[in-house]
Amino acid sequence: MFRLIRLEWIKTFNKLRTYIGFIAICVVLPLLFIGLKLDKGRFLTSSASYNVLEQNFHIMGNLLNGFFVSQLAMYFLMVHIPFFIVLVAGDQIAGEATAGTLRMVLIRPPSRMRIFAAKVAISLIYTIMMVLCLAVLSLGLGIILFGTGDLLVREEGLLILSEQQAVCRFLIAYPLAMLAMGVVAALALLLSVLVENAIGPIIGTMAIVVISFIISETPISLFVKIRPFLFTTYSKVWQKAFLDPIPFNDITISVIYLFLYMVLFLGAAFFIFNRRDILS
Amino acid sequence: MNSDIVLYTGRLTKRFKNVIAVEDLDLSVSRGDIFGFLGPNGAGKSTTIRMLLGLIRPTDGEIRLFNRSLENNRKDLLGRIGALVEKPSFYNYLSARRNLEIFATLTNRRPDPRDIDRVLDIVALLHRADDKVKTYSHGMKQRLGVAQALLGNPELIILDEPTAGLDPKGIKEIRRLIIELAQQGLTVFLSSHILHEVEQMCRNMAIINKGRLVVHGGVKELLNSDSDIFSVKVDRPGEAADLLKTREWVESVEALSGAITVKIKEQQVPVMTELLVQSGFHIFAIQPQRSLENYFLSLLGADNV
Repeated sequence: MFRLIRLEWIKTFNKLRTYIGFIAICVVLPLLFIGLKLDKGRFLTSSASYNVLEQNFHIMGNLLNGFFVSQLAMYFLMVHIPFFIVLVAGDQIAGEATAGTLRMVLIRPPSRMRIFAAKVAISLIYTIMMVLCLAVLSLGLGIILFGTGDLLVREEGLLILSEQQAVCRFLIAYPLAMLAMGVVAALALLLSVLVENAIGPIIGTMAIVVISFIISETPISLFVKIRPFLFTTYSKVWQKAFLDPIPFNDITISVIYLFLYMVLFLGAAFFIFNRRDILS
Repeated sequence: MNSDIVLYTGRLTKRFKNVIAVEDLDLSVSRGDIFGFLGPNGAGKSTTIRMLLGLIRPTDGEIRLFNRSLENNRKDLLGRIGALVEKPSFYNYLSARRNLEIFATLTNRRPDPRDIDRVLDIVALLHRADDKVKTYSHGMKQRLGVAQALLGNPELIILDEPTAGLDPKGIKEIRRLIIELAQQGLTVFLSSHILHEVEQMCRNMAIINKGRLVVHGGVKELLNSDSDIFSVKVDRPGEAADLLKTREWVESVEALSGAITVKIKEQQVPVMTELLVQSGFHIFAIQPQRSLENYFLSLLGADNV
């Protein structure tokens, strides 16, 4: 199995499109942080909630610190990361079908199950690397440019977490974000086995993610009824890592749902892939 | 079943919804043979090949390779087969060597790096091994396609239209290569719609049309190659045809405008030439008609080709 994953690694990481996501993060994050640095904290101090805080408390230390900007970057970029993941995961099978290499692979001894498993593995590895890239770069660059300090959380009111707490919360949030993005990768793989052109799964997955996200966020009674059935409702689970106390029950439920969605998408994808006639 | 049969299909059928692509196809290919699988475009050749390689599931029927069922022994059997299905496709952003490493690793757990050099050498691409495939010409990609089919020393190679899109030089190279491979003991299953190609290279053949087997057997036996058809460009073709009709060694003769078509044994050609010249006819050309082409047309009817 490892040799198959290694082959998928060679195929995936020799493609230019694989690096688009990393390049985008490496460009956007420094731009965002430099912008915040030049802004000299006005972004933070001009907000109404900060003014309320300042009126009631004596603020010491540095609230515009590496942890704050890293959390901010997470909010900004977690909307865009699915697109980069879909670019790679959606191409895994449909891209090979379009190029004609899928039939060259499937006439060899390894079973379709093993080929599919290797493609799932590389898609999830890529997803993990993408979130890790965001984590390492945002925390690293954030701390270098803004230093450390307590983390101001503007979720369900104002909350201030100590440095140690902030580190713990990031350690919980990033793996949860990986899981949420893993479901997007699984959905892209499902669409990838359904069509034989590489663009279809990319557009299809993004369309599903965007529509689901809109339904999950719009407070209309019809949408509220649909929400529990959408994976995007649970994919914001990483945000709960910054609440106090941490709602472990909510997180557990979301994690279970995300796992179930992943199993459902991958199971359906494998079922179709295993039975499909390869005509490309 | 004869142990020398390396490829066998029994009542092989594939339906796509209401369309029957292949129906009740019975084939057998012996070890060491170059077997021609012939049919017009859309006859079901590629669908058959895809079924032989597990890319398409048959609706009905049986596939046996090396006397074992493909369905139950897929992994072992595909390890003994090399194939080129339609046009060769590669990871264009990787080098030829890297591509072959990928396919070799899929074929064998521990591929021998020398095997890659060996197959590249066979198709005369060793000097371009480290160039990206996207820099290759169509002919080079086709040769690389044959090279990947030879990885791991297969016992049977299945080639689907291996000369498609090649220039005459490329076609000649691929044909020479196939004949050399067969001389080394490989069994070659060659699908083609080029009649001349099958006639030149194959010992046995099957012709399919509209998914059904039309004929199956030895090329020579099927063509009765002792007799051939010749087009003789001659003045006064009507009179020349009348003259030849009187000779018992002429199997058939037909006058056309400016020429006659004669079916005779090849060794009778000098006799016919002498007879026509002595009878005062002027012969401008004698051209053998490709016998398989005629045979093919006679089997399928011109409208079906």
